[in-house]
Amino acid sequence: MIEVFLFAIFALVALAGAVVMLTARNPVYSAMGLLVTMFAMALFYVMLDAHFVAAVQILVYAGAVMTLFLFVIMMIGVDKKEERVETIPFQRGITFVVALGLAVVIILAGRQAWVTGSDAFGSPDMVGTIETVADSLFGTWTIAFLSTVFLLTIAAVGTVALAMFGPTAVQSTDEEEGA
Amino acid sequence: MIVMADVTVTVGWYMILAAVLFSMGAAGVLLRRNALVMFMSVELMLNSVNLTFIAAGNELGLVEGQVAALFVMVVAAAEVTVGLAILVAVFRRRSTANVDLLSELKG
Repeated sequence: MIEVFLFAIFALVALAGAVVMLTARNPVYSAMGLLVTMFAMALFYVMLDAHFVAAVQILVYAGAVMTLFLFVIMMIGVDKKEERVETIPFQRGITFVVALGLAVVIILAGRQAWVTGSDAFGSPDMVGTIETVADSLFGTWTIAFLSTVFLLTIAAVGTVALAMFGPTAVQSTDEEEGA
Repeated sequence: MIVMADVTVTVGWYMILAAVLFSMGAAGVLLRRNALVMFMSVELMLNSVNLTFIAAGNELGLVEGQVAALFVMVVAAAEVTVGLAILVAVFRRRSTANVDLLSELKG
């Protein structure tokens, strides 16, 4: 029973965080709303016995990704409020209809599988500790794990390249090519 | 499964919550003009998919749901670093993060 109360409270917290992210005019408030949603998600992961992923969620998302977001917000103008003028006609109404339709379609499409569920695979007492996750990650999914290493290396190199060869550097190389 | 006085949280509840959060992220991408907030909305969509992975993995008793969620986190982290670097580069050239003002390629 306490699980139901926890789910209800933190579902409301997650939805409130998402609403704040959607509606806040200041990007910092948007980041804070997303942070609240991330923490609620981590609690859901704990309720679903995914303890290691919950820890990673807080470390990576609430720690690293949101800090990066806040750095960039501070860099590129927190003082500029977003304009509320609709450049596309009926953008807000169309967005509401599209999002509502998307939610309805997802729920209707998945309803059968979710409500009936499936216990064909058994073992409902699986707990996602570091050991069980690592057994799968470094056993069955080693190739996928190694490819994420490549992905992260490429992303790091690309980020550094974007930072190093910015607008001024690009212009100077253009002049050299022209000369 | 849902009986009065003995209500349990089923996997369907998590799936419906994840669907609602995913739709709110999609609405954020469509609605907001600030590229930073659009990135945050994409992060929300990725997070809601993680929730479905973990809820389904818990229901089926498989650890693969959590492994998939970890891979999604890695890809999201890579995406956000490159995306924010592009955004900073655009901002240095154009001094704005408003996607309505970055429409030079518009036909």
